[in-house]
Formats: sequence, C-alpha cells, structure tokens
Amino acid sequence: MFSIIKKQLKPAYLMLLWMTLLTGLAYPLAMTGIARMLFPDQAEGSLIRRDGAVVGSRLVGRDFASPGSFHGRPSATAPYAYNAAASTGSNLGPTNPALADAVAERKTTLAAENGGENAPMDLLTASGSGLDPHISPEAAAFQVPRVAKARHLSQEVVAALVERNTEGRLWGLWGEPRVNVLGLNLALDALTAKE
Amino acid sequence: MNATALSHYLFFLAVLLAASWPLGLYIARVFQEQPCGLDTVLGPVERVISRMTGAGTSGEMNWKTYAVAVTLFNAMGIVAVYAIERLQGVLPLNPAGLPGVDPFVAVNTAISFASNTNWQTYGGETTMSILTQMAALTVQNFVSAATGMAVMAALIRGLTRRETDKLGNFWKDLTRTTLYVLLPLSVILSLALVWQGVPQTLTASVAASDIKLPSPTPVAPDALGGLDTTPLATPGQTIALGPVASQVAIKQLGTNGGGFYNVNSAHPLENPTPLTNFLSMLAILLIPAALCHTFGVMVGDRRQGLAVLMAMTILFAGFAWLTVQAELHPNPLLTQAGAPHVPSLEGKELRHGVAASALWAAATTAASNGSVNAMHDSFTPLGGMWPMLLMQLGEVVYGGVGSGLYGMLVFAVVAVFVAGLMVGRTPEYLGKKIEPFETRMAALVILIPPFTCLLGTALACVIGPPDAVANPGPHGFSEMLYAFSSMGNNNGSAFAGLTATSPFWTIAGAVAMFVSRYWLIIPVLAMAGSLAGKKRLAENPGTLPTHGPIFVGLLVAVVLVVGAVTFVPALALGPVAEHLAMTR
Repeated sequence: MFSIIKKQLKPAYLMLLWMTLLTGLAYPLAMTGIARMLFPDQAEGSLIRRDGAVVGSRLVGRDFASPGSFHGRPSATAPYAYNAAASTGSNLGPTNPALADAVAERKTTLAAENGGENAPMDLLTASGSGLDPHISPEAAAFQVPRVAKARHLSQEVVAALVERNTEGRLWGLWGEPRVNVLGLNLALDALTAKE
Repeated sequence: MNATALSHYLFFLAVLLAASWPLGLYIARVFQEQPCGLDTVLGPVERVISRMTGAGTSGEMNWKTYAVAVTLFNAMGIVAVYAIERLQGVLPLNPAGLPGVDPFVAVNTAISFASNTNWQTYGGETTMSILTQMAALTVQNFVSAATGMAVMAALIRGLTRRETDKLGNFWKDLTRTTLYVLLPLSVILSLALVWQGVPQTLTASVAASDIKLPSPTPVAPDALGGLDTTPLATPGQTIALGPVASQVAIKQLGTNGGGFYNVNSAHPLENPTPLTNFLSMLAILLIPAALCHTFGVMVGDRRQGLAVLMAMTILFAGFAWLTVQAELHPNPLLTQAGAPHVPSLEGKELRHGVAASALWAAATTAASNGSVNAMHDSFTPLGGMWPMLLMQLGEVVYGGVGSGLYGMLVFAVVAVFVAGLMVGRTPEYLGKKIEPFETRMAALVILIPPFTCLLGTALACVIGPPDAVANPGPHGFSEMLYAFSSMGNNNGSAFAGLTATSPFWTIAGAVAMFVSRYWLIIPVLAMAGSLAGKKRLAENPGTLPTHGPIFVGLLVAVVLVVGAVTFVPALALGPVAEHLAMTR
C-alpha cells in the first residue's frame, strides 16, 4: 500500500497543478478576454450611465423610496435594502409568524402610500436575492396613481410608460411578465425632464 | 398545474431527454479513447499534461491503485483550497482587499468543494477573493466532477471486462473528462451566460451613484391631499462583480452548485433572464442524464442505459410534479394576513416566477447540484419536503456527475439481489454474478449517506448551538434535517436561514460531506475490482432481463422503499408537521 501511495504522489500534485493552471487560470482568463471582446457591456455588469455617472445595472434592483418613483419589491439585504455587495433573502419559513406579520405590515403601508387595498403578492413578499430588478405589471399599475400625482403627470401618460417598459414571457413560455423598476424610473425621469 | 407551468415542465423534460442522447454517445467516445471531433485542438494539450505529470507512463490501475490515486488527488485538492482561502489576503487578484477566510469556514469549504457538494457557509461576494473563486473553487468544480465521472467509468469497466484486475487509469480519465467534456461545454455555457448579462470581469465591484430626482420641484403635501412628494435621493449602491460566468457554467454542468454570490442563481447577475434560467436548469441535469447513454454504449447494449435513464426519469418527473404542485398552493397564513390568494413569492425572483422556481428546486436536488434560484427555506412545507426527499434518496435520480450513475448502478445491484431472493436464484447483473462481497459493498454505499444524515441531524438537535435555526417550530427542525440531507448526499443546497458558521456546524458538516463522498467511492471501486475479476455468464432462461419495464419498475421501487423507510419518521417531524399546522 505504501509503495502505491509513493508512486501516485507525484502525478497527484503535478496533476493538481496543471488542472489549476488550465481550469483555474487559463479558462476564466480566456473567458474574460473573449467576453470583453464579444459582449463588453454585459461582461462589466450591464451598467447604465446617465450624464457620465453609473446609475446602476439594468439587471440589479435599486432602493427607490420617493413617492414620485416606482418602488421595487421588499428586500431583505443588510444593513440596508438592495445592498448589491451582499445579497440575501429573508429565509422566513412559511409558518413563521414574522412572515405573516411582515406581509400585514407591508399591506398597511402600501395602502397608505398608494390608496389601494389590493397590493399584489410581489410587493408584499421579499425577493430571493434582495436585488430583484422587477415588479409585476399589476404592481406597477398599483403605483401609477401615486407616481402620476407626485410627478404632475396624467395617469394615462404614466400607464403608457409602464406598458412600454413591460416585458412578456420569453416565447410565451419562460419567465413571468415584468417591469424593470430602474429602467422605468429612468424613463420617467427623462419624460419629466422633457415636459 | 396551470397551462404555462405544465408546458414549461413538459418542454424541459423533452429537451433534457433529447439533448442527453448525442452527448451520451460523445462521452462514450471520450472514455473509449475514440476520435471525438476535438482531438486536433485538445489532443496536444492532453499529451502535454500526460507527459508533464508522468501520468502517461503509469499504465492501467487495479482498484486499490485507482482508489489511492483518487484519494490522494482529492486530499491535495482539499489542502490547496484551504491554503488559498487562508492566504488570499496576501495573494494577488484580491481587488476588494478581503482578509483570509476563517479557519473553520475554510476547512468546511475545502471539503465541500472537493467532494462536489459545494455547501456554502459563506457569502461569496463578501468572503472570497477573485483568486480564490478562480484558482481554488472553480478548479475543484472541474476536478470533483471529473473525479465522479472517472469512478463511474471504472465501475462500468468492472462490469464489462472479465478476468482482469485493471479498471483504467485515473489520471487519463480525469484529464480526458476535464478536457473533452467539461471544458468545451463550460466555454459554450459561459459565453451564453455573458451574452444574457452574467458578468465576466476581473473588477471586484462598481459603484453606482445616488439617483436624484430631476424637477419638478416638490409640492406642499397638503396641495396633494396629504401626499408628501419631497424627492428622496436613491442612495448609492456598490455592485459586486467578478469572473461570474465562467464559474456559474461549471457549477451547473459539474453538479457542483457553489454560487459566486451568496444567493446563488437567485442573484440577478448570476441568472439574469428566463433563458439563463432554462439553460442553467438544463445544464444541471444534462451530463448525469447523458451518462446513462454512455453506460449503454460502453456495456454494448444501449437498452441497459435506457432502462436506467427511464427509472431516473420516472422518479424525477414524479417528484418535480409534486414540488411544482405544492408551490402553486397559496399559503393560507399569508392570505389571512391580507395577501391575495395566490402562490407566495417570498424568497422567489419575479422574473422566474413560482413554477420555474419549484421546477429548479426539483432539478437541483435530483442532481446533486444544490444551486438555487429561490430560497428553499421560504417554500411551502411540502414544496420543501419533496426536494429534501430527492436528496435523501441518495442523489441517484440523475444524481451527481458520475456519482449519480454509479449510485444508481449500486441500486441496480440491490434490485437484482432482491429479485434473486424472490425466485431463489443467484443474482446477476450484465452477466456478472452478484455475490456476498458485491452485496456488502452495495449495502455500504446505500447506508452510509442516510447514516450521516440522520446521525448528523440528531447530533445537531442535541448538542448543536441552539441559536443556529432561523425559524421556530417544526420548520427549525426541517432546516437541520435539510442541512444534513444536503451535506450527507453531497448536494449543497440549504434552507439558508440556518447559521452554519459555528464550529459544530462547520466541522460536523465537513465530516458528513467527506464520509459520504469518499467512503462511497472506495466501496464502489472495490466492487468494480471484484466484478472485473469475474467471468461473464451467458444469458439463460433464469436470467432477469435488466433492460425491460419489470426491471425499471423494480429499480424505482427499491430506490423509493429504501429512501422512504429511512426518512419518513424524520420527515413527519419536520415538513409534514408544519404542513398540518399551516393548513389547520
């Protein structure tokens, strides 16, 4: 047994070394190079710039709190919501009283802010990543009256903007209909600035 | 199931089965050292590695040498990952300036990645430097998967060869699997992921500025019926980036599951679109399913591979159906709290929705992958139970890359043994007589994971830190049971509310992952060695055909009975009790 071990020792550490060079350095670095060449925008995080400054990634949600902006889903990240340096979900179990309490509390807050009683499920529950960039079209519609009022725009104008920023299912099959909150708010800002 | 969920489910199964066929034939060519189409490009690399490591001269191995090579290589991998984690603070490619990893977490992570478990007690973006993610974790993603496939190839050779003690050469199997199977698929998947938005960069993070609302100027609240319209600046945001796509591709293909980010594939940069979700889910099950065809080709009877694939598919289709159904049930407690009467979205990402999250949960636990696109901890009690049971069945429903098939072949040995007992004949599988030695090894392989799961859970209840669980009641027990089911079967997913960073959890978990990986590989190789030494018997009227529906049914029944008998009492205390409390 000892002689087998002795004989396999050298190939073992040399193989680990070569595999590290191949799969741990050559592969990720080559992918980085090719990705930068083919998809430079996506490879760097799909960043959105406005007036030269990065205002976020079109894939990562941000914490909008103004009445004049559309709000995203509840986020469980710490120490503040939508912390894109430390993703996390709430991990509250289905029968944890804290979950039902949080839902009831959000419902009350949403009703006070928006004047509607029937807040949709995605605004009442926290996302898995805490960085969900999307809300449902129903959640956007729910917020239209508040946003329109705060921005001095007609509800029709805002609703039309929501409509334009709504994505459907891919090939009618995959994913859920959704609205990108950051994209919608930036479009809203552009519209407000123009008016 | 509604129409969208049902078509998603059926489409996924159809694509999986269709894609596994050509890939399985390709992998058979790789193991049989036939031309496979990539030889002109990768052949020179293979020859260089073979020469430089001295592997080319080491020749065919008997089962003991094969086991020594596997164990040594994996032990060195564990040491290397540990060293890189601890030293990352002084090593290059650490733009975020992260310090060395805590020793307990580092040990746990090293064993976790080497054993193809990828249980993560850390948040990737806050703990691991870019160098650690690439040169430690991504490497183990490749070689742990290749180790599984190599052991599987050795077992298949044991079944097909006769009167020899040679099972192949581990170094050659490892190199060829990595070069010809895992790397090309990872390159393709990485690029598809980047195209869809997964980052691939050496930058650790980017800062997004505050967003201040432009005009109009705020209006006095009372002019708008009490609504305060003062624009609040949206605070700035730091977005963690890195070489994500290259790691995510292999984490899915190699049934590893260790995410770049803390929330794994629920993170919008790890799984940004419904298309990446579908491709990732396909990648999780693709190689394990394809290997059934590889098996059929290598034993010279493709129906044998199809029979195993059918057994796995029946189990997967059933459990996936149950999981999706359970998740599509609204949570009555949330309805009471004022939520609409629709399925809960707590812990789920809107772009994937409920059905795709549940389908992923079934896929990731059927394979020993363990990446998640939603937080299983927040699933309904039954929606969390079916994935848990899929792990507890021993990760043989497609299972891990290589390990799923060798696990299922061990169940096949048990199935023919049971059938032999029923009719009073000496059992045989593929012409090899199944004797007491094989049966003992099979018993070890089947009993060690449940033993680590149940013993670990019991220990956690008695001597584990009491504040580890995040949820009260039966759900807290489910968190612990899920954790050891996951680590004790090399899955890696979690009910992530559990705090597993304490010394008890990191060490007990590391032991569970180590035992259930290497204590299975060694008996599997011993069985392969014993089978290779036997003669091949001619078929006779008393032989149980192992390619027909009767055998498929028997195999499914053996897997279910062993799993159910072992775990029903524990499941009754956790998810079943919680379900009854929830629907009361």
